[in-house]
Amino acid sequence: MIRPRDVLLFAAILALGALPLVGESYTLRLGTFLCMYAVMSVSWNVIGGLAGYPSFATAAFFGLGAYVGGVLLTKGAALLVALAFAGAIAFGGAMLLGAVLLRLRGHYFAIASLAVAEVLRELTNTATDLTGGGMGLNIPLGTLPAGGPAAEATFFFLAMWGLLLLTLVVVVTVEKSKLGFGLVCIRQNESAADMIGVNATLYKSLAFALSGVFVAMAGTLYAAWVHYIEPPDVYDVLFSVKPIVMALLGGLGSTAGAVLGAFAFLGIEEIVWRNYLQVHSGVLGFLVVVLLLFLPHGLVSIGRRFKAARVRQ
Amino acid sequence: MFTLQILVNGIVLGCLYACIAAGFSLVWGVLNVINLMHGSFIVLGSYLAWGAYNSMGLSPWLTLAIAAPLFYAIGYAVQRGLLNRVIAAPVLVTLTLTFGLDLILNNAMILAFKADYRRLILEPPLGTVALGDIVVPIDRLVAMGFALVLTGALYVILRKSKVGRAIIAVRLDRDAATLMGVQVKSTYAAAFGLGAAMAGCAGVLLALIFPISPLSATPYLGKAFVVCVLGGLGSVPGAVVGGLVLGLVESFGAMAFGPEHAVTLSFALLILFLIFRPQGLLGKRGFE
Repeated sequence: MIRPRDVLLFAAILALGALPLVGESYTLRLGTFLCMYAVMSVSWNVIGGLAGYPSFATAAFFGLGAYVGGVLLTKGAALLVALAFAGAIAFGGAMLLGAVLLRLRGHYFAIASLAVAEVLRELTNTATDLTGGGMGLNIPLGTLPAGGPAAEATFFFLAMWGLLLLTLVVVVTVEKSKLGFGLVCIRQNESAADMIGVNATLYKSLAFALSGVFVAMAGTLYAAWVHYIEPPDVYDVLFSVKPIVMALLGGLGSTAGAVLGAFAFLGIEEIVWRNYLQVHSGVLGFLVVVLLLFLPHGLVSIGRRFKAARVRQ
Repeated sequence: MFTLQILVNGIVLGCLYACIAAGFSLVWGVLNVINLMHGSFIVLGSYLAWGAYNSMGLSPWLTLAIAAPLFYAIGYAVQRGLLNRVIAAPVLVTLTLTFGLDLILNNAMILAFKADYRRLILEPPLGTVALGDIVVPIDRLVAMGFALVLTGALYVILRKSKVGRAIIAVRLDRDAATLMGVQVKSTYAAAFGLGAAMAGCAGVLLALIFPISPLSATPYLGKAFVVCVLGGLGSVPGAVVGGLVLGLVESFGAMAFGPEHAVTLSFALLILFLIFRPQGLLGKRGFE
């Protein structure tokens, strides 16, 4: 069943693709970040929203993708090859890791997934020969289209936008499939789902892998886009938390909500960054607190609230 | 001889880790809330010690007497005013809420103190004590002694005082405790207050040994996690055992693999424990 909300969502994202026609490089930069954030929050929603497992592993996938892709690019691989490789490694790694970590629930899973990024960060830091360690990794410009900064900005915007479209198509398909239904069953009652024949271990691992594969590809694109990455930058714990905040902002559990949340979040972040650079993490914290205490069901619940208020009157 | 020195270092470090983790473990075990502000509370305690020593010449052990009630009040207020509102919500919500609060607190500390590393330097310095080939700085020994006293005090408070009995009762069976006339919400606040007070006091002690910076908050939090999982949730003796295990593993691990792998090593330990013995060394099943 195709809901009007999904049609609207795809129409909005498709319209976003026209941005290079009107945009200058600042708008394109914002648009690229917007698509990247949306990829992250939609991906997180698969494990966190559908299956109900509070994953803090987004930063791990992002950093892994950035480094796998970045190292390949420095060795002269084409961007598409680097993307495919990063996605495949993230998928395989997440399937293996998921089989172990997803035996844990609640807080334990949250911590274990948080630890993955820390360990990867440290491994990246110590593998100096391959990754440059704390010195960071310079990614050559060789793979880029000719035509200067403007063409480059357009290229990376379109690449990130394409990735977002791909993510949305896959995730919405999954949502409507048996897998998506199984994941919702797992969120509601895992033991019961197991009993009626949902292969919970496999489903959870698949959800975890899906939550990682596109994020890793976004990491590769990010690395190619900014040309320089270092471990504290791409394994930043905020990359794990922001997607959660976006999903909460939009409304937990719905893909459209995750995209809406990414839009709203980027808007807020941009205003804060531009005006109050020194306190931006404090403002992010304040946003989180206010959101959880006063709007726990996200922006998509505002309409419902208004309706309820009108009925009461 | 060399091994013995590492053993002593590990034990000293372990006692401090126990003090870091005891309050964290209490909050997690009783409230089922992972307090991500714990690391920042510790750093704030260090700044308190630093400020009191440099402006008023107050030695850290005297500062403990200020830190304990002050942090208890902060913790009590945070739980009463904010966390109690979402205590029944899913894990994700409480976790994210404490994360948001931590971002605010940490950002405020960076604004107030900058991210530079500071050092609390006692004048005159306390020197070192040597036993054969083993050398231990006295300030570390003193800090370790206070850490043990504080952890012991927490244990006694939980066992003997009315508040402590109420906390244990709520942890064992919330509904039954309510029926017996325990005020659940203020008991939660008291437990969180005790956790914050332990963090603040641990910070005062750590100021003697480690450099102080808002950036240390996350590593301290990481230690608290690991110790808590190693020892078992909500158990003070568990925190001591877990702290000692982590201290020894870190000391010997640094010798065997090099200090740069300390985090990987302790997280590998964490994951192994989560998978094979999630109730911890001294924990009981049911608090997972």
